[in-house]
Parts: sequence; C-alpha cells; structure tokens
Amino acid sequence: MKRSVSMLVVGAAALSAAACEKSPDAATGSPSKVLKLVSSLPRTGSANAQTTTMVNGIRMAIDEVGGKIDDWTIVYEDMDDASPQRGNWDPAVETQNAQKSAADRTVVGYIGTFNSGASKISMPILNSAGLPMVSPANTWPGLTKPGLGEANEPMSYRPTGSINYFRVVPTDDMQGKAAAEWARELGVSSVYILHDRELYGKGIADFFKRECEGLGIKVHGFEGIDPKASNYKSLVVKMQALSPDLVYFGGTTQNNAGQIAKDMRAAGMQAKFMVPDGCFEKAFIEAAGADNVNGNTYVTFGGLPAKELTGKGAAFREAYVKQYQQEPEAYAVYGYEAARVMIDAMKRAATKDRAGILKALAATKDFDGALGRWSFDENGDTTNRIMSGNMVKDGEFVFVKKLGG
Amino acid sequence: MPMASDAGMSPELATFLNFLVIGLSNGMIIALIAIGYTMVYGIIELINFAHGDLCTLGAFLALTLIGALGLGDWSGPWAWAAVTLLLVGAAGFCAALNWGIDRAAYRPLRSAPKLTLLVTAIGISFVLVNLALFWGGLPMEVFGGGNQASAPKNFPELVPTTNLLGSESRVSITPRDLLVAAVTLPLMVALTWLVRFTRLGTSMRAVAQNPTAASLMGIDVDRVIGASFMIGGALGGFGIVVYAIYNGSISFQMGYRTGMDAFTAAVLGGIGSLPGAVLGGLLIGLLRAMSDGYLEARWTPSVVFIVLILVLIFRPSGLLGARVREKV
Repeated sequence: MKRSVSMLVVGAAALSAAACEKSPDAATGSPSKVLKLVSSLPRTGSANAQTTTMVNGIRMAIDEVGGKIDDWTIVYEDMDDASPQRGNWDPAVETQNAQKSAADRTVVGYIGTFNSGASKISMPILNSAGLPMVSPANTWPGLTKPGLGEANEPMSYRPTGSINYFRVVPTDDMQGKAAAEWARELGVSSVYILHDRELYGKGIADFFKRECEGLGIKVHGFEGIDPKASNYKSLVVKMQALSPDLVYFGGTTQNNAGQIAKDMRAAGMQAKFMVPDGCFEKAFIEAAGADNVNGNTYVTFGGLPAKELTGKGAAFREAYVKQYQQEPEAYAVYGYEAARVMIDAMKRAATKDRAGILKALAATKDFDGALGRWSFDENGDTTNRIMSGNMVKDGEFVFVKKLGG
Repeated sequence: MPMASDAGMSPELATFLNFLVIGLSNGMIIALIAIGYTMVYGIIELINFAHGDLCTLGAFLALTLIGALGLGDWSGPWAWAAVTLLLVGAAGFCAALNWGIDRAAYRPLRSAPKLTLLVTAIGISFVLVNLALFWGGLPMEVFGGGNQASAPKNFPELVPTTNLLGSESRVSITPRDLLVAAVTLPLMVALTWLVRFTRLGTSMRAVAQNPTAASLMGIDVDRVIGASFMIGGALGGFGIVVYAIYNGSISFQMGYRTGMDAFTAAVLGGIGSLPGAVLGGLLIGLLRAMSDGYLEARWTPSVVFIVLILVLIFRPSGLLGARVREKV
C-alpha cells in the first residue's frame, strides 16, 4: 500500500511538471505587453477532482491561441480559494485572491469562483476595480438576477453600478424548474421536499416547490434537515406514512444526500429520489451505496455531461482525453468555455485594458462556443438553457434526456 | 418470526412504535459513547473533547479491515463472525489509542490547571479529525479510491434490514436494532460489574473521590487513570462500529456530532455518573426521533438543547448526578 501511494505521488508530480512546461506562464514576453488571466477555484479539498479538470480546460483554451493575442502574451495563474483547515473554499482566502488581483494592474480577467458564496465576497472587490469576472460554476440566481435572491441582490455586488460579472452556467431557478417538469413527465403526482438549509440547497428546493405547485403536483412536505445527523430513519417513517411518489433533496453529497437514500431504501420506501447537481459526482453514489440508488435516483445537472456535447464541445472532449488520458469531469468544459469567452473578448477589445475588455465581454453575442451558440444577457447571464436529466444505473450516472432548452 | 397480525393497530400507533424503536437504537449507541466522556470526567474532571474523534478513527479502522480482508463478501453466519471481528478490532484499537493519548498528552499535564488539559483535548481532537480525513483519502476501494477524502463513505451491509416482524407488519424491528441491543446491554452489565465488584473498579472509585488519598493507600493512580481511558476507548470502539453498521455510512466528521450528542447525554444524565450517561443517551435518542417525526427535522438540535437547559435549571447536576455519591 505504502509503495503504491508514493508512486502515485511521484506520478502526480511528474504530470504537473510536464503541464507546467507546456503552459504559457513559463514563457514570459516583454513585461509591458502582458495580459494576465487568473482563476480562483477551490484546489484543496473535496472539490479538487472537479477543479483540476476545470484548470486543464482553461489551459487548453489558452493553448489554442498559442498563449498570444497579436503581440500580447497571455499569462495565467491558477489560484486556490480553499484552505486546508476548511477543506473547502475559505472566505479569507477568496478575499485575498480578489484583492491581490484587483491590485495587480496586469490582471485583466478573473475566472471564478466555483462556489456561489465565494463570489458574493469577491464580486464587490472586483467590481470596484473594474475587473471582468466570468464564473464557470456559480448557480445562485441572486448573483445576477434581481428579485430571485435577497432584497439587496444583486445591487450589493455592484458598488460602481455597472456589471463586471458574467457566467456560463444556467442558474438554480432554471434547474429547479426543469427538475419539477421532469418529475411530472415521470408520472409523479406527489412529492416530499427536503433541503440542507444552505444557500444552494434551500434555494433550489424553493424553486422546485414553486414549480411543482404550478404544475399541480401535490407537495406533502417541505423540510430542512440537520445535515450532520447520523441518520434520518424517523423522517423516513414520517414520509412513508404519506407515500409520496418522489422525494426531492435540495443539497449536496457533503450534506448527507447519500444517507437519505440509504435510510429510505433500508426502510423499504419505494419512492423515486431526485437530487440536483450538487450530488452529480461519483462520491454521491459511493456514499449512498450503489444498490440503494440504482434505477430509482434522478439527478439534474445545469449543463450537459461531457459525453453528450456536440460540435466544438465534442471536439473539446476529444482533445481533452487525448491530452490528459482521462474523461473530463462535468465542469471541465465550463472552465474551458469561460476562458474562451474571456480570450475572445480580449481579441475584440479596442484597448487591451480592463475597461476595453469588459466592454467587449458584455457585448458577447452569438458566441460560437463548446456549449452551443449563446450570448450574455443584460444581467450577465448566459442565454444557454440546456440542462440534463441523469439516472443512476449499475453504479454510474447515465444520461437520460436534455432538459430546459 | 412473524408476529400475530397487527392489522388492528392504528397507523398512528404503528408510526409511534417505529419512532420508539429508532429512538432506542440511536440512544443506545449514544450511551456507549457517552460512557467514555463520563468515565474520564468522573476521574480526572476532564471533558475529553477528543473522544468523539477517537471513535471516528475506530470506524475508519473497521472499514479498512473490511476492505483489506474482504469482509463485505462474508455472508450468513460468517457475516456475524465479521461483525464480531470488527467490534473487537475497533474496540482494541480505540482502547490502545486512548491509552496512548492519555500517556503522551494528558499525563504530563496531571498537575497543570484544568484549562490546560481542556485545550490539549481540543488540540488532540483536531489532530484526530485530520488523521481521519487523511485516512479517508487513501487509495483503497472501500474509500472510493481516495478521490473524495471528505465525502461520506459507504459501510457495507453486514447486517440485513429485513423486518423481523414480517414484511406485512407496519412496525419494523430489524436485525440491526437487535445488534445494537445485543452489543450495548451486555457491555453495560459488564461495566457495572467491573466498577462495583472488581479490585480495579474499587481503585477507580477511590481515585475519583480523592486521588491523593488513593495514592496514599497504595493505589497506582496513573495506572487506574490509564485503565479508565482504555475502558472508555473500548466502549467507544464498540459503539462506533455499531453506529457504522446501523447507519451504513461513516465520515471524517461523524465524531463531532456523535461526540456532541454523547457529551450532551453525559451532562443530561449527570456527568460522572455511569447510569446517568445511559439514561441521558436513551433520552436524547428518543427526543431526536420524536422531534424528527412529530416536529420538523430542523428543530431537532434545538429541542435537544432546550430539554438539556430545562433539566440543568431544575437539577443542576443532571438527572442522576446528585443521587450518585461516587463519581464512577
């Protein structure tokens, strides 16, 4: 065991060394003609598997243009917004990353963040600095859409009054809505809704509930759970008495989605189980035990799995597999797309500074991207609405159908 | 063993009985872990915050054994042999580790202010949590290949969840509930016997009452304290394996919440009192089950603490704390 561990470490070190040689940050052009792109993603802890492939995607986008725009050199820095103590994104580190980037005048683009909560912190800092920001993964609607989040959102993130934040993923309100529509297509007429009481989980459960009521699906209950409880057996007994067709959980793997599935099946509860993309990771199936989720568990995802991408997206996947010898995780293509749209704006910008690039970015129309043809709307959101419905079969996620669209 | 039909039972009563079974099972698990807190407190007046996390490591050892020996595939009577092996393995491991922690971290601080000891315990707790996080990241199949160190881990189904009252019955008692009782009750009896009637038990009670006087009577105080840590650790090891089998999953953070519940149970029952820890554990298990069932799950932690506060207002030394003279 020990031997295989150390070999893995050596292997990983060799890989990252190889990656460094190829990346353009080693090639320093004349210091005055530098366009610096940074990303701020949780590189330490549980999200690491996702963010590694996202960073790979960003590097691929930069490599595609040879790391250059005319005689300007693109320099990239991969920043970590997580801390080992938290094993997750850390407000202090994200603040530091944002302040450092704002102060460095060569930085003209900020790709991040992964977690919506982190963007709440960095958005006002970067907005004051006029630094363009594209998130490859934030789904909390309040970051951009008035009226869907808290009362002061999104204006509290825009101290200057103008928009500098954009994103390439559809938001939770879309996903909650698409999930409810899918549930009805599956013949569900009654649901019991649970959530983990966090911004993401409760938010998406709220949108799911609203849409269920609109579609005439009976909502038996709407309940926040204790995400650290050892089990939910009593809760399952209570739900069983109401025999809903489907149990929906707004939340993440870390907040015990697997335990709910496990307790439902252990008690012999037959209802379908549906979860959002916070559980769209192998760890969810592992935590629940494949036998408990096979054939009865539905997962929505605010995008398409890499294998279902077409056109430029399919080409990306092919190139990715060729370069890294493994399948990209679900969010890799969003990292790639965020970097590409940023580079595209740099190309079109009349002046190669923050203001010029921001103007070009906001004007992005009918962008021919890996996710299809899309634009940024007046809030900074993508017009791309394609999402996917997936099921668990034989311990793997299987694509079932496109949602939204 | 199908019971006589319960068709005449009202659905409300059946639901209530289910909550009762769930509450008692959870309560017994909490009780086993609570004893580790109350024993150590009874003897050296230390709230051992590392106890829950010590138990976490016991659970990770159990899952590692399952992966290394392929225990997940043992079936029939062999499954029970596997369960026994895990119980004994984790108990031995936790006992040794707890003794080692006392020897290395707490014993040098015996004469230091109590606060120093408390802060040390919190520090040890951090060390253990991070060890568990590292452990969960090992590249073993049972840990999901180590890709997601912090995600909860699936614990294989060694004990089935079939209803012993027959699949028709609306009340459910499973072999897992029986396992919890079959491990907890004999251990409680054995512990009571040990503390009441053995030489070690007498020494423990003596040290609890007055360490200086005990050492004057020729009792090796450090050895007795070490033994208490071992016993508390062993019970925690038993408890956490039962926890893992009963719930079917473990995570590096499980010790925090389980430890909190167990500590609350110890305080509720009267910290320092062994029967108190058991009573407190059962009460908290039942409270949690009833609150999840009849209120909303999000109120459960508040309900538990409101009851704790009420009890402490009217009985500051806990439910059984005042009546029991000896601390152990």
